[in-house]
Amino acid sequence: MTPTFALGTLGRTVLGRLAALGRISRFAASTFSHMARPPFYPREFAVALLNIGWLSLPVVALTAIFTGGALALQIYAGGARFNAEAVVPQIVAIGMVRELGPVLVGLMIAARVTSSIAAEIATMKVTEQIDALVTLSTNPMKYLVAPRVLAALLTVPVLVGIGDIIGILGGYTVAVKTLDFNAAAYLKNTVNFLELRDIVSSLVKGAAFGTIAALMGCYYGMQSGRGAQGVGRATKGSVEAAAVLILAANFVLTGVFFSL
Amino acid sequence: MTHPMIEMSQVSKAFGSNAVLRGVDLSVAKGSSLVIIGGSGTGKSVALKCILGLIEADSGQIRVDGKPVGQGDRDAFLARFGMLFQGAALFDSLPVWQNVAFRLLRGSLARPRDEAREIAIEKLRRVGLTPDVADRLPAELSGGMQKRVGLARAIAADPEIIFFDEPTTGLDPIMSGVINDLIREIVVEMGATAMTITHDMTSVRAIADNVAMLHGGKIRWTGPVAEMDHSGDPYVTQFISGSAEGPIEAVR
Repeated sequence: MTPTFALGTLGRTVLGRLAALGRISRFAASTFSHMARPPFYPREFAVALLNIGWLSLPVVALTAIFTGGALALQIYAGGARFNAEAVVPQIVAIGMVRELGPVLVGLMIAARVTSSIAAEIATMKVTEQIDALVTLSTNPMKYLVAPRVLAALLTVPVLVGIGDIIGILGGYTVAVKTLDFNAAAYLKNTVNFLELRDIVSSLVKGAAFGTIAALMGCYYGMQSGRGAQGVGRATKGSVEAAAVLILAANFVLTGVFFSL
Repeated sequence: MTHPMIEMSQVSKAFGSNAVLRGVDLSVAKGSSLVIIGGSGTGKSVALKCILGLIEADSGQIRVDGKPVGQGDRDAFLARFGMLFQGAALFDSLPVWQNVAFRLLRGSLARPRDEAREIAIEKLRRVGLTPDVADRLPAELSGGMQKRVGLARAIAADPEIIFFDEPTTGLDPIMSGVINDLIREIVVEMGATAMTITHDMTSVRAIADNVAMLHGGKIRWTGPVAEMDHSGDPYVTQFISGSAEGPIEAVR
């Protein structure tokens, strides 16, 4: 491989990625613009609230409770090396609220919601249902995209809040039942240690991750190629993009909230 | 002299290096039924989608009722059209009656829900479906029933122009005959202008007033359906006869 060929390949890849980022940014701007302008579709919004928020609760709750429990065990075992077992409540609280709660909920939403939105919209595209919407004087951005993104923007912070609480309860249960912590002292330490900034950052991350997850599902669905392979590619691409962007956004938001 | 309802002039469209339409000229008189025939992949669907604005033509001009497509209020423009898609394109998540009444439940043509349902049931009856179908989901219907629901949706708002994309594809001959008859009856009854894409020569003879053959990105021949068998065009003759021998390559 010659250096010119290698540079050319690298350049094309970078340009391709930048172009994709530009298209996604334009899609996001168009989505927010459609969210703010009528007509609105309350029925589609209600269905999206149900699908994204309510029906994601079981998976979010299970993820959070197991993670909180495991976190308590790890902190206890790690802290024992330098006689710091007592910090379990504080570290579980900060770990769940600042990082694990929002990130794990975001990734679960990417797995559950992004894939489902991408597959549904891609199938609609392949079967000409999107074209049918247009011929019926209905803008797909308003009817399909805006309600889903708005629902994710509003419900994922709530899911993150619930995930944080359940995660802390998971840690509490493990600490009290198996590590002999005092129940009242555990809860008091947790509440006293958390700051408002921790909770705000968690909810803001939830809103950002929810928006990213729904946007990626809609974008890849609308860009889908033909046939079953097109739907498969759209679904896979949407989950990959959502997961990577959620982790990147988490890094940026953590920097904004805790390094400045 | 009245202007045609639909007029395409030198319309071209390419996807990458694949030039699908290369200067299509076509005209459809108001209240008439034009059927476009041509091999697979010759751009028939692309031509319809260009008229609707679902695909933007690279060059050329398309006029509907004398006005260039893309100018004026888009909703008002689309409200003049009804379209039956190849696979019916029904919305999976909505019951049949809401598919039919989709346009009547939202937007500028919105009506009260009960009234929209009544109209949907009446349109379903018009295409030979009983009211008990109204509350079923599209996935519960056979292919022929889905096509009829698609047809009911296309005519629900009494459009002036109706497009039919491969209306009989995938149907048995009897159901194809039923759909062809319905299309003809509805177009005559409503006085609508119709454009149909099909490979099915039985459909062509049942539906068309005029026929246009699209080949190589251009209109090869156009004329009244009665003259189709004596067009003198070797491409049309080969297509009608379905022969592998002729100017149209069998392997494309």
